[in-house]
This record gives sequence, structure tokens and C-alpha cells, in this order.
Amino acid sequence: MESIYHDADINEDNASNMASSPAKVPSTVEPSTDFSILPVNQSLEAEEKIKFFSQMIRIRRFEERSLRAYQQGHIGGFLHLYIGQEAVAVGCVSVMSQDDHVITAYRDHGHAIAVGMNMDECMAELLGKKTGCSKGKGGSMHFFAPDKNFWGGHGIVGGQTPLGLGIAFALKTKGTQGACLCFMGDGATNQGPFYESLNLASLWNLPVIYVIENNGYSMGTSESRHSAGEPLARRGEAFDVDWSVHQGHDLYEVRSAISVALSRARESSRPSVLEIVTYRYRGHSVADPDQTYRSKEEIEEYKQSKDPINLFRDKLLEEGVLTEDKINSIDLSAKDEAEASLEFALASPFPEVSELMDDVYWETDNPEEKSSEGTIFFESSR
Amino acid sequence: MAEITYREALNQALTEEILRDPNVVLMGEEVAQFKGSYKVSEGLLEQFGPKRIIDTPISEAAFSGLAVGAAMMGMRPVVEFMFWSFCYVAFDQIFNNAASVRYMSGGLVNVPIVFRGPANGGTNVGATHSHTPENFAANTPGLKVICPATPADAKGMMKAAIRDNDPVCVMENTILYNLKGEVPEEEDFIIPLGKARVACEGKDLSIIAHGRSVQVALQVAETLQEKHNVSVEVLDLRSIRPLDLEAILETVKKTNRVLLVEENKPFCGVDAQIAYLIQHHAFDHLDAPVMRVSAIDVPQAYSKALENFQIPNHDRVLAKALELL
Repeated sequence: MESIYHDADINEDNASNMASSPAKVPSTVEPSTDFSILPVNQSLEAEEKIKFFSQMIRIRRFEERSLRAYQQGHIGGFLHLYIGQEAVAVGCVSVMSQDDHVITAYRDHGHAIAVGMNMDECMAELLGKKTGCSKGKGGSMHFFAPDKNFWGGHGIVGGQTPLGLGIAFALKTKGTQGACLCFMGDGATNQGPFYESLNLASLWNLPVIYVIENNGYSMGTSESRHSAGEPLARRGEAFDVDWSVHQGHDLYEVRSAISVALSRARESSRPSVLEIVTYRYRGHSVADPDQTYRSKEEIEEYKQSKDPINLFRDKLLEEGVLTEDKINSIDLSAKDEAEASLEFALASPFPEVSELMDDVYWETDNPEEKSSEGTIFFESSR
Repeated sequence: MAEITYREALNQALTEEILRDPNVVLMGEEVAQFKGSYKVSEGLLEQFGPKRIIDTPISEAAFSGLAVGAAMMGMRPVVEFMFWSFCYVAFDQIFNNAASVRYMSGGLVNVPIVFRGPANGGTNVGATHSHTPENFAANTPGLKVICPATPADAKGMMKAAIRDNDPVCVMENTILYNLKGEVPEEEDFIIPLGKARVACEGKDLSIIAHGRSVQVALQVAETLQEKHNVSVEVLDLRSIRPLDLEAILETVKKTNRVLLVEENKPFCGVDAQIAYLIQHHAFDHLDAPVMRVSAIDVPQAYSKALENFQIPNHDRVLAKALELL
């Protein structure tokens, strides 16, 4: 297990020192680093650990059920599955406070469930149902839950990077001690707005954390074919943004990395770029052919050696936090929940055509407070 | 009522709204220390400080998107584009994010934001700095688009735009910045979006225009009255989306002849839609086909000799009007 940090010591006690220091030359952490002994993880109660395990399982079972629903023809369009990456979303969200916010790209189901959205509203959205989180108007790529500090779900690669910056800007302007976790893929690091955003984040001292979930492929193009100058997180250095690289199959490592960046954001309002190396088991979207750019063996090898759920399960068994029986019951319950969410979604009504024109303008949805006049829709469904 | 310039009217609108609502900030290139490339924000940094009047680097995608993100969180940013032409490098942030987030979230997320700046030709700055994207913006459900043509409208509509809970694109005009006119001084002076204005009354021909073309239309109306004894009604649209369809149909029904004038390029320009609406809703009231004068359909020319002809000028509009009569 290789981890690269630009800060040699990831002990949280040093977080405040790191916060004010400029980017440094990377150094390698000992392969044997046991992240479970870091304070952020050592202080965890057994119940919390079980909750994280359960959340990862729930995400996976939800994704697997949605995949079958897609294959059964219940879901159309794209379906970008998060299977294999679960420890990243769950680990990141697990160290957030109530003042911290999340925004992500189109592979958003894992983050949505991690922040507490329920499977029913997510599955219903995939099926385009009225009971979906976006009333069937957003789809797989556009889940939102502002009441859970979750700001989407964005379909254009890298397009959310300035939005995350704006969330951090608003937090700072309003004097809230929160940060914005802006998730993105490795492919998004090659979009221009990301660099414009890094410059502003550093220049204006904004509490934004860019989490690059590097699953190795920008759609079907491997990192070695899409990016010069690795690691990708090092690109933060040009803007004096602290950066580091972590392994995403270890939930404890993800938690420790994010908690350091969150401290930096809270205490000195400085941005971070964290590259979290992970892997997706399924195609870019489920309809995409997998075998044109990677081998079955490669996928199998990762599953065998680095599956984040298996690794965490083994740790919790070792720690005596979980038993096989308990694991089975958590898994069964996750499967049942996913199955029930599909039943809920199937039983839910589609939105009415008369609702097509709702939710476009605040003003047309709030006619009693309307201030403008004139025609705003030019071909009406009503 | 005081007589002030279009520029001063915008400045007053910004000042009053920044004073009124702590969530309003102005950001863009050179808006603070430099006082605005066209001095629209002169004095604002001194009055409100750098937390409200914010200079940005030349990064339209980042600061437009930042403002959208901040608006999602409840702020009311006013984003200045030095030229609307520069919005093309921020297209995703305006047309995907600002315009669509509300819909894609099923109405959970609002984006109360103003994008503003000049969108006009006629200043010898060539193709990259002379775009008039009001048609693109109005083609995008979720956005509102206004093109104020007078100092009073600049103030009243800018204030309405800032108070609006939806994204509003305010397309100004560098040539109008020095135009003087009477502007009410009351703080609650608001001109609602979507309300057209009869700029001059007439009975023989309607010229419907927006932005600086309104001023050209008024000159042509004067010539037609003086030299041809023709009475022209000029309708200033003011707002493209929402659109005052009622006022359009009213003037068409009154004069039965209509000439549409805009600085937009003709193909899929704003007036293409308006011509459709007129024939659809008032076909029986037309005594002649609807006619248009738009910018000549090539990239904006640099040379004065070419550009002065390219955008709708007095003579081109007059010639087309005479064809209609």
C-alpha cells in the first residue's frame, strides 16, 4: 500500500501547523502505516464503525440493484455506478461537521446516500418518478439535497469545480466555520475551470477541498493516456495549495486525510487538493463496454486485493467490532432496503405532463410573489 | 427628476441595492480598484469596501461559477462581464449551471444572480468583442434577459434584476453609457421585467426594437414624420424574456405594419421569434409581411466603414421602413 503525502507527518496534531505552510516536496509514508491508530480513527466508537460499514454496504447494494433495474429496462439514459469507490464518499462524509457542504460530479449516488439521502428518493429519481429527489427532472447525474448540505450532482466534467468554490465563498462571507468538499474525477483535472478555481481558492483563501477521486480512467482513457505530470494532486502546488495523495480502499486513511484538510479549511481558511486513488468496477456508465480499455483480470485483481468493503469488514472482524452474523444481517438489510426502494420507485407515479413547466423559474412557481410581467414560456404544455 | 447618464443610472441601481441587501456583492474584472472598465462601478469600492466590490482575475468560468455557487447558498451576486462576448468562456456556468440547477433539483435550489455587462457592436473592436448573445440567453429556459435602452430603464430594471430570485442577464451597451435621460430618484423606483414601453406613439407603422436599436428607431421615426409624413410607433421591448407579447400585439393591431430592428444577427435572432409570434397571433391584422433589419450576417467587422453599415443604422432602417409603407 503506497501513500504519498507532501506532509511527512499526517498526525492530526500537526494540522494547524500544516495549514499555514506552503506546499512542500512530497515524501512517501511508510507502507505499513496503520491509519486506525490515528486519533481521528482511534476515537471511534464501535457503533460508528458499524455505521460506516453499513453505509458502504448500502451504497453497494443500492448500486447493484439499480444496475439490474437498468438491465431490466426500468432506468434509461446514463447510470454511472460508484461500486468500488464506496470508502471515499463514506470516509469523507464521516468527518464532516454540520457546517460542511458537499458538491460532486455525475457519479453521485454514493455521495447522496453517504450524506443521508434515502434510497427511495434516489431510486425513484433514477426511474424518472415524481417521488424522486428532483421530481424526476434531474436523473442519475443530478441528485440534490440542500437540507443535507448536498448541492448536486453535476453532469459536465469539471463544471462543478467553480460551484464548489462559490459554496466556500458564501460560507466564508457569511462567517460560517464550514468547508466545501468538492468531489471530482481524475478526468476533471484536465478541464480549465479547475485551474481557474484553484487560483481563486488560493488567492482568496477559500475553504474548499477538491477531492480528486482518481479511479484511473477518464471514461475509457487511462490516466497514463490522459494526464501528464503525475500525481494529479501535485497540480495544486502551482497555486500554493496544499495537496496530498491517498489510497481510497482504506476508509481509515480517507478519514484521516479529509480531517487534516478540514482542519486546514476551518482553522486557516485554506484550500486543499486531495487525490484519493480508487477504482470503479463497472464501466464509466453501465452501457459502456469495459473490455476496450482494461482487462477483466485487472478488475478482478482489485476486487480481490483492495475491495474497500472487504478490507473494512476484515478490520472490524479483527477488532472484534463485527461478527459474521452481524455482517450478514447488515448485508441482508441493505439488500432488502435496495429492493424495497425499487418497489417504491416502480409503484410511484411518473410526473404529470402538467408539471413539465414547474421548477424552471422561482417566479412562476411562486405566482403570489411574482414581480415580472409578460410571457416567459413560449410553447406551453398547459 | 434628475438628468443623468445610463452609466450613472446603473451605478445608482447598484449602490441602492448593495445598501439595501447585505447579500448583494459585485464582482468581475476591474470592477473595484480600476472603477470598472466603463466606470459603471465608480466610487463603489470606496463606499462599500473590497468584501462587497470584488476584483477578479481574468477567469470568467471560475468567477461566474463561483457566483452561481454563492447564489445557490443564498447570496445575490452581480457578475460583471467586461463584455458579454467574454461569457463565451463561461458558457457552461451560465447556460448549464445557472439556468438549469433549479430545474434539475426539482425546484430545491434557487439561483438569484445577475450577469451584466455591455453586449453591442459599433465600437470597432472586431468579431470577438461585439457579440449580442441575448438570443442565446433567451433561448435557454431558466434565464431571464433584459436589454435596457434608456437611463431610467437601466436603473429601474437593474434594481428589479437584482431583487429577482431567478438568474437575470442584463445586456447593456457601451454606446449608451453616455446617453442622458431623466431618472426618478425614489429608492423604490423599479421597472418590472417583461413590460415593454411605447417610446413614441404613431399610427402608420410599428418599429419594434430593443437595446440601442430603439434609439435608431426613434431617429428613423423622426425622419419619416418630417420627410414622409408617416407616423411611426416605436415599441421598446426592454425585456426579451419575459416578453411583453401583449404590447407587441397591441401595436401591430394599431398600425398593421411592423418592422423589427435588432443588433442581433438574423438567423435565430430575437426578432425571428417575434416575427413568428406576430404571424401566429395577429395574422389577420397585418397589411404587409413582417420585415426585419438585423446586423448583416457575417462576423462583426472591424473597419468603421464596414461595421457602420453592418449594424442597423438610420439609413438601412429607413430604407426598409419605406419598403413596408
